Formats: sequence, C-alpha cells, structure tokens
Amino acid sequence: MSSKLKRQPPAISLLVFTVLAIWMILAAFPFLWTLWGSFKVEGDFFSKADWANAIKGTLTQAETGGSFTGDGYYGAWVQEEFWRAALNSVIVCIFVVSISLTLGTLGGYALARSTYRYAFWFLLAALIFRAMPPITLVSGYLPVFFQWNLWGHTATTIIVLVAINQPFTLWMLHSFFKNIPAELDESAMVDGCTRFQAFRNVIIPVMWPGVITTGLFSFLLAYNDFAVTAMLLSKENQTMIPKINSFLGTTQTKGNVMFAVSAVVSVTAPLFLMVLFFQRQIVGGLTAGAVKG
Amino acid sequence: MKHRSFFWFVLPSALAMLLFIFFPIISVIVQSFHVEHEQVIKTVETCDLFGCKESTTIDQEATAALKEAKPLGQFAGFKTYLDRNHLATSEVSATWNRTNSWRDFGAQMLNLPFYKAIGFTLTFTFVVTPLVIILGFVIAVAVNSAAKRLRGVLIFFSLLPMMITPLVGALILFWMVDARGIIGTTLQYLAGDPDLSVKASTPLMWIMLMVYGVWHAAPFAFIVYYAGLQTVSQDTLEAARVDGANRWLQIRHVIIPHLLPLTTFIALMQLMDNFRVFEPIVSFAANAHATSLSWAIYNDLGGETRQLSSAAATSVLTILGVAILLSPVLVRTWREFDRK
Repeated sequence: MSSKLKRQPPAISLLVFTVLAIWMILAAFPFLWTLWGSFKVEGDFFSKADWANAIKGTLTQAETGGSFTGDGYYGAWVQEEFWRAALNSVIVCIFVVSISLTLGTLGGYALARSTYRYAFWFLLAALIFRAMPPITLVSGYLPVFFQWNLWGHTATTIIVLVAINQPFTLWMLHSFFKNIPAELDESAMVDGCTRFQAFRNVIIPVMWPGVITTGLFSFLLAYNDFAVTAMLLSKENQTMIPKINSFLGTTQTKGNVMFAVSAVVSVTAPLFLMVLFFQRQIVGGLTAGAVKG
Repeated sequence: MKHRSFFWFVLPSALAMLLFIFFPIISVIVQSFHVEHEQVIKTVETCDLFGCKESTTIDQEATAALKEAKPLGQFAGFKTYLDRNHLATSEVSATWNRTNSWRDFGAQMLNLPFYKAIGFTLTFTFVVTPLVIILGFVIAVAVNSAAKRLRGVLIFFSLLPMMITPLVGALILFWMVDARGIIGTTLQYLAGDPDLSVKASTPLMWIMLMVYGVWHAAPFAFIVYYAGLQTVSQDTLEAARVDGANRWLQIRHVIIPHLLPLTTFIALMQLMDNFRVFEPIVSFAANAHATSLSWAIYNDLGGETRQLSSAAATSVLTILGVAILLSPVLVRTWREFDRK
C-alpha cells in the first residue's frame, strides 16, 4: 500500500487530504465544540458578541471566577435529577440487550439451519416489520395499554423495545450463524445430541463474536430510542433521551439551556467510549449483511 | 432442521413480534375506523316559580357506561381518513377548483397538515438518500487512499455522527446554527444580514434538516463502501492500469461496478430510515416549517388530548407509504428466491 501511496500524484494527494480534512471537521467538530462549551455559562456557549468568547470563556470567568464551570452538570444531574433517568436507561438497556439476544440467538440459529421455504417467509416478514416506523406501532399500543393498565411501566417498554428489536437481531444473527459450518452441530447430533443440546454445547461456545456485535446494535437501539420511550414511560420512569426532551420544554429561563447541554454531553460520553472500544465489531456488524449480499 | 425443533426455537421471537408488531398494526387499523364516543346528552326539566324550563347536561354515567361497553368508540368508516387533518378530500377539491396554476395549488396544499407532512417526508427521503450515497462513496475512496495507520482514527471519528442518538445529534447541530451559535453567527456574517435566523425561515429549516440527515447517515454508506473497497480485486485494478486506465477510469469501470450491489443495500436501508424522519424535527423545534408523518403521529399521541383515532389513521397511511416504497425491493427479493 505504501508503494501505491508514493505513486499518487501530488494533486490527488492534496484532493484526498482536503476531502478527509473537511469530513473530519464535519464529523468531529460539533462534538468537541459542545463538550468544550458545556463547561461554560450560557453567555459563552451562545456568544453573539464574539465567537472567541466560547473558547476563552470570558463571561464564564466574570460570572463564576474560573474558566470552566460544572454548573450545568450540577444542575442537570443533581437539581433536575438526571441520575434517575440515567439509572432507568441502564436498567432498560441491560434487559433489552439480554432478552433480545436470548430470543434472537434461538430464532436466528433456527432460521440459519432450516432449509424449508417458511424460513424464508419468516425472514421476509421480519424485514417488513423492520421497515415499520416504531411510532406507528406506538399508536397501536396506547389504547390497549391504557385499557389494561400497562402504560408507564419500565417492563412494558422493555418488552416493546425487545420486539421492535427482533427483526434486526434475527437478520443479523441469522447471517452470522450461516457462517458457522452446519457440519459442526450435525456431527454433534450424529453423536447422539438433540438439536438443543447441539446448540448449547457446540454452537454457544463459538457464537460470541456475532452475539457481541449484535448486542452492540441492540444496545444502541434501546439507548437511542426516543419515540417509544417518550410515549410509553411515565415521568418517573423516563430514560435519558425523553428526559432531555423535557429539559428543552423548560429551557426558556436562563441557565437551563446549559442543563440540556450538559445532559447531551453526558449521553454522548458512553457512546463515544463504545465506539472507541468496539470499533472493529461495529464496522463488522454494519457490513455483515451487505458484503455477503 | 425438523419442523418441530424449528418451531420451538423460533417461538419466543415469533411470539414477541406477533404480539408487539403484528397485533399493534391490526389494532391501529381497527382504531383508525373508529372515533371517540360523543358524550351522552340528557335533557333535564327544571321547574321553578316561573314555569318549567328544559336544559341539557352531559350524562356522565351513561357516557362512562358507553365507553365501558365499547372501548374502541363508535364506528366511523373512512371519516377520519377524509377529514381536514388527513386526506382532506373536500379541502383538496375546493383548492383544486379555486386555484388555476400548479404552483398555486401546491402552495395551498402545503397548508393542509397531512400534505405538509408527506411533502416534507418525501422530499427529505429522496434528497437525503442520494446525497448520503454520494458522500459516503467519496469518503470511502478518500479514506481508502489514506495512509494505513491513519485509517483507524479516521474511521473512529467518522462513526460518531451515526452512533450518536438522533435527538441528541440534532440538538448539537441545532445549538450551533442558533442565531447566537457559531454556525448561525457565521451564516449571518456571510449573508451580511444580522437578523438572519434559520429558525425563522422555512427554506433554511428544510435545508438544515436535510444537512442533519446527510451528516447522520453518511457514515453508514461510508462504512459499507469502505468494506466493499477492501474486496476489490487487485488483479483487475492492475490489469486496468496496464491497459492505461487513469484513476478516474479505474473508479468508473472497476470500482463502481464492484460496489453497485452494495448501493442497492444502502439505498434500501436509507429509504426505510429516512422515511421515518422524526427526531430532528423535535430537536430543531421545526414543526412550524416542516413536519413529517412520524412527527404528526407523535403530535397526535402526545399532549393533553390524545387523539388516538387521528394518530391511527396517519399511522395506517404511513404504513401504506412504507409498503409502496418497499414493494420493488420485496418483489425482487421474492423473485430471486424463487429462482434459487
């Protein structure tokens, strides 16, 4: 590759460099800007007078005495009890990921191993379900959930998110299990295992890479969801994303905008770490369905 | 795999989808044909010194009893579909008769909530999808020709706009384009107009929402294309080079044909995702200028009065839209499977 790079004419190298530089600024700058700004006061974060204030923190120094302030974080996490929402998010994510993966590995495995036509129809139905905007389903849940008093509970939301997650999980794990040679579990069954024993003893030990990748995406779906959690959770069970949205409603009074900014940075941080540690799996997962056709 | 074991393996997953995806769709369809009960009115005669007067009051008990007996409400047929908030048939025909140019007609139609929503949703879907594909491709080619040790860092930062929660990502951009934010101020400076505000202008708001859409989805196209680029046959490229193909011709005749199947995949995923555009409208508080089908449903469901029937009718229309959008792909998948 390095020899190829050397052969690049300078004009091409310059073009590549420009494209990459512009894209890096577009992709990274908004996050860095908001992270930096979250430690300032509102007058600096939104500095009409001089944009350099946002970097130097002139007003922050005037108002709080230091160049950085954690007021926004204190306001969001302590005053507005954002920690409660964070806790709810953790609970929702843990349960959604573990239940989705349990159901998904069983189903995905069966779909990968079945040679009958109905397996194809099942996958096609899942694809159609995947295309349904979640909010259209929510308007189907509400009357029933109100009627049966299921509305507002964390458990209801977890099950709904698991179901909405299933089509994607099934597709991903199905294509993953297809890559594990069928001879592996078939030979176990020749040796006298039942189908489930073969799955348990032979497939489970080798399936972890695919399960981790799928789990990351299940986590993202649960963590990032707004439509379902905003409509189905009562105020005290709210997760972080609808909580931020309710911050926005009350940001008109001065200072509250910074609560929302700090909360936004707090939500971004775990995602940032996730991409940092699982970059390879995420890239692999995104391309799993595509490259194999 | 035997039918029996297939059944037991798939059962939990199938049950979850049946109960929480399939039944809700049915429930939405049923709900959309019903409207809430009207309140039961009873006439009470009150007599006093000057004679008797009849007055009407709401019979709370009877209303509650009716709700209990028929929780769905009363059957309304297509009434909800045809009212002003949905297909608005009478308004449309009135507008059609009143206006005499297409332009005028279109402008009038955008005042009707449903057509406003579908107008933006379709524009967003069909503008953002091709732009995402083009931008993703350009970034993939650029990253692929960068030095190897830089690529990890480049991919890491490229992934961020896609991994970020849509609501949060849109907020981050929204604060930057605020009239007091860094991009907003720059725009005012460039336009030479100190009162320029993205929030106040419909065209700017549409552009901003689409910029967000491209920013959010381009990494997905990039990653898929980048993975595809790793599998381009080096021999074919070498052969093309020997035959005198320059860089552009190599891309045009070797790389693009190789990546074409991936483009179908990206386009399919993007059409599905862009058609449900929702969070950026909430984050940008853009509903005065642009609404989408998903936003219309959200708006009906939230608030003090939950308009379940109205939301259900919009949902059914949205599902029909998704079905039309996906039908070419589904027919193709089905044919391909049939051939096997």
